[in-house]
Amino acid sequence: MIDFIDLSLVNWSRGQFAMTAIIHWLFIPLTIGMTYIIAIAQTIHVKTGDPEWEKLAKFWAKLFGINFAIGVGTGIILGLEFGTNWSNYSWISGDIFGAPLAAEGIMAFFLESTFITIMFFGWGKVSKKFHLVSCYLVAFGASLSALWILVANAWMNYPVGMVFNPDTARHEMIDFWAVLLSPFAINKFLHTIASGFAIGSFFIIAISSWFLLKKRNILLAKRSIIIAGTFGLIGSLFVAATGDGSAYNVAQHQPAKLAAMEGLYNGSEGVGLVTIGMLTPGKKVGDDKPDFVFRHEIPKALSFLGFRDFNAFVPGANDLVYGNVEHGILSAEERISKGKLALKALADYKTAVNAGDDIGKNNALAEFRLYEEHMGYGHFADPESILPNIPFIFYSFRLMVGAGFFLIAVAGFLLFMTIKNRIEKNKWFLRLGILAFPVAFVASMAGWIVAEVGRQPWTIQDFLPTMVSVSNINTTAVLLTFWMFLAILIILVIAEVRIMLFAIKKGPEQKKGGSNV
Amino acid sequence: MSVVGSFLVFLLFVQGGQTLLGVLGKNEMEKTMIVNSIGRKWEFTFTTLVLFAAGMFASFPLFYATSFGGAYYAWKIFLICFVLQAVSFEYRRKKGNLLGQKTYEGFLYVNGFLGTFLLGAAVATFFTGSSFIRNDYNLSTWQTELYGIEILFNFTNISLGLAILFLARTLGALYLLNNINYDIIRERARKQIIFNALPFLVFFLYFMIRVFLMDGYAVNPDTKVVFMEPYKYLNNYLQMPVALVLFLLGVVLVLYGIGIAIFKRSDKGIWFSGSGTILTVLSIFFILGFNNTSFYPSSSDIQSSLTIENASSSLYTLKAMTYISLFVPVILGYIFFTWRAIDKGKINPEDMNDNSDQHVY
Ligand code: HDD
Ligand code: HEM
Ligand code: HEM
Repeated sequence: MIDFIDLSLVNWSRGQFAMTAIIHWLFIPLTIGMTYIIAIAQTIHVKTGDPEWEKLAKFWAKLFGINFAIGVGTGIILGLEFGTNWSNYSWISGDIFGAPLAAEGIMAFFLESTFITIMFFGWGKVSKKFHLVSCYLVAFGASLSALWILVANAWMNYPVGMVFNPDTARHEMIDFWAVLLSPFAINKFLHTIASGFAIGSFFIIAISSWFLLKKRNILLAKRSIIIAGTFGLIGSLFVAATGDGSAYNVAQHQPAKLAAMEGLYNGSEGVGLVTIGMLTPGKKVGDDKPDFVFRHEIPKALSFLGFRDFNAFVPGANDLVYGNVEHGILSAEERISKGKLALKALADYKTAVNAGDDIGKNNALAEFRLYEEHMGYGHFADPESILPNIPFIFYSFRLMVGAGFFLIAVAGFLLFMTIKNRIEKNKWFLRLGILAFPVAFVASMAGWIVAEVGRQPWTIQDFLPTMVSVSNINTTAVLLTFWMFLAILIILVIAEVRIMLFAIKKGPEQKKGGSNV
Repeated sequence: MSVVGSFLVFLLFVQGGQTLLGVLGKNEMEKTMIVNSIGRKWEFTFTTLVLFAAGMFASFPLFYATSFGGAYYAWKIFLICFVLQAVSFEYRRKKGNLLGQKTYEGFLYVNGFLGTFLLGAAVATFFTGSSFIRNDYNLSTWQTELYGIEILFNFTNISLGLAILFLARTLGALYLLNNINYDIIRERARKQIIFNALPFLVFFLYFMIRVFLMDGYAVNPDTKVVFMEPYKYLNNYLQMPVALVLFLLGVVLVLYGIGIAIFKRSDKGIWFSGSGTILTVLSIFFILGFNNTSFYPSSSDIQSSLTIENASSSLYTLKAMTYISLFVPVILGYIFFTWRAIDKGKINPEDMNDNSDQHVY
């Protein structure tokens, strides 16, 4: 299918995608979380008529607006990058992958961008009720955007509802609902959206804490902490709960990712969960160095969390590469050779079709179906390359989970202190409130690293390796555009952060209906 | 998809308006009025563009993969134009914006000029062909290392690019004429309609005549073999009366809108020219896609050309997409509703002072 693979092309393309995705993600969680908080504050205003609440909503809406523009600008890059940099992928899976993206455009982006006009321009211009409804519609729109793109992403991790069509040489959708409602999709949506709630809340908490430290906008800050603290606490709890679901899904369908998350080389029954540990530096699959320098673990917990059975067998990296007869795991080498047979049968099929040879065609097709499930492996040369980067995933995962528990504690604590009106008693409480925001951010980035880097070397798990997905262009083109986009985006990000800081320093409007910044 | 594409061209009035910023707005207050007027609409154009790309991905994945992955530089530059636009409205007058107001206005010009021009030139390649080869597995390889820059070496492509640029400017002026309640700007907008409608007509006529006279990429419906047919696109219009009627009606409406704006001093021209644009573009998509025509031809290897049939998604996905599209009327409904709510008041100079709630940018 592919005669020649240029690894630097693949890596720069990955880099380009990762760079833009990471920059997009700097803004998205704030959008997802803040829209709800603005809508809630505005609801209280409409209910009570208290103008202070409207001022609060307006202030956060202004910061949200600054954030939104660049979120949109980076999103479109990603959308077209599938075509520009992953064109083979776009063809091979476009039949399935394109539909959620289009649904996202139709159902979510329009909802968001239409009502955002009302939200920004409508203060005092349209009726209060209509304005409030618009705020909620923007919030739903943002969550809906997340839903569709996450459905697409979940499908890459757990491809369902499709068949491979040898005539067109692509995967075709046979069940839309299976794609939409797969357990991966649902769980990923809940986990990610909840992480957005948490991050948006901690952003508001951080700025409010800073106001309190500076002894200004006291009422606004305290009220904001109460709303954002409640919302953030619920969000964080939900993140932890759905995180368990994510790990369960990974255990069921992505054993290599799980092995990497846990630094597990030799699988066994009743495996423990490592809470803190350090992997042996330089350890590789197949060598006999110990897995860990030190570790603390909860006995049998991994087997239980992954398979809901304390004594379940959990395969490790060595089992996946070298096979494990006892537990029916094929070695990577066997899968690779079967995959090569599948690719060869596919080529024979094409030759037979072109030659009009019906018998040859049917034989080739029968042969192909025999090995089809291993086809993706046929592109690999050496068995070790089917694993992701283990230490990177292991530490990222620890970072995210640790942060998760930290955030629950912080949100609960600050909320309690604010309600008891003791929040200003200690400067450290407020500093904690500021610190929690970057922690939440780092956690979510770590989460994406676990999910995306942990999926490597596949774009579509077990079906399509990353190296085959890339566009057939030269590396120079990718390099050139990589640096071009990096430069532009960095400048824009700096501009956005500065505008944001100015707007925060200036604080909410003092006189009624005052100027914009 | 062709409907979305047609709306997209109409909505380019936002880009056209951007390019007129300096011509129509001579001082800060006037510029701010213009930016706030088109600023309320830029999201729609942008989202329509996103939808067009995503819709192409879902409905014609082979086109998406071939064109975006091949005409790589052209699309990347196009993308940058739009990234710059997205932030410019919001950041232009904000404190701490790093680059200064002038730069962001510059970005709006870049987006307005280059974005429309490139889009037009890219659409022209649907007639003139692109240089790619598609293998047995439907994976394609672009044949030049310029990756799409080469489309600018063809005057037919350039003429459509320029036609779209001037069309966008004409529509932009028509829109501002309708949306802003301030005589000085309105007078200038009227002038701009004349200045831009003329070059638009020249380039558009040139392009259409070229297209009518050239050989087109036809497909044999039985063997699926692609071959060159003389006067293919002209024949398509003659063989599909619906397309011809759409085309003529569209052109007449565009001209009528321009005419009443200039001669009758009416400010309703945007409605006529806008809907005329939609109909004309729609008819152009018809002659590209239907009547056994290849809509994305390859000039390197004619048999690699894409047709609606070989480039589209599976029947199942198309059905799913059809259901998803049922949402479109709902969207049009609420967009109409919100535009009315927002545009009830036109943009007035009094709204632009710093103490007013009425402007955002
Ligand atoms: C719908 C699909 C999708 C979504 C929602 C995301 N990604 Fe992704 N990501 C991909 C689809 C993808 C991809 C196109 O499939 C890549 C490129 C090549 C590959 O194998 O995966 C990828 C690669 C990729 C890599 C490089 C991995 C590697 O090659 O080692 C990183 C670090 C990220 N992404 C990070 C993110 C972040 C921070 C996201 C949050 C916004 C994100 N991704 C969302
Ligand atoms: C590779 C993956 C992604 C692509 C291709 C993508 C694409 C886009 C595009 C094109 C836009 C602009 C839409 C407009 O015109 O308004 C956008 C905005 C948005 N995206 Fe993404 N996106 C990706 C990842 C994500 C993820 C992972 C999430 C959430 C979990 C997300 C949530 C949003 C939201 C909420 C917006 C709108 C608001 C904002 O930008 O602040 N996106 N995205
Ligand atoms: C508290 C314990 C947590 C657990 C057990 C957990 C578990 C997981 C797992 C297993 C994944 C990988 C899913 C996959 O590969 O498909 C993941 C991804 C992710 N996590 Fe967490 N997580 C936790 C906390 C957090 C926190 C606090 C945040 C951010 C505030 C966060 C944000 C994310 C994000 C954004 C992703 C990527 C999207 C996805 O794949 O769902 N997580 N998480």
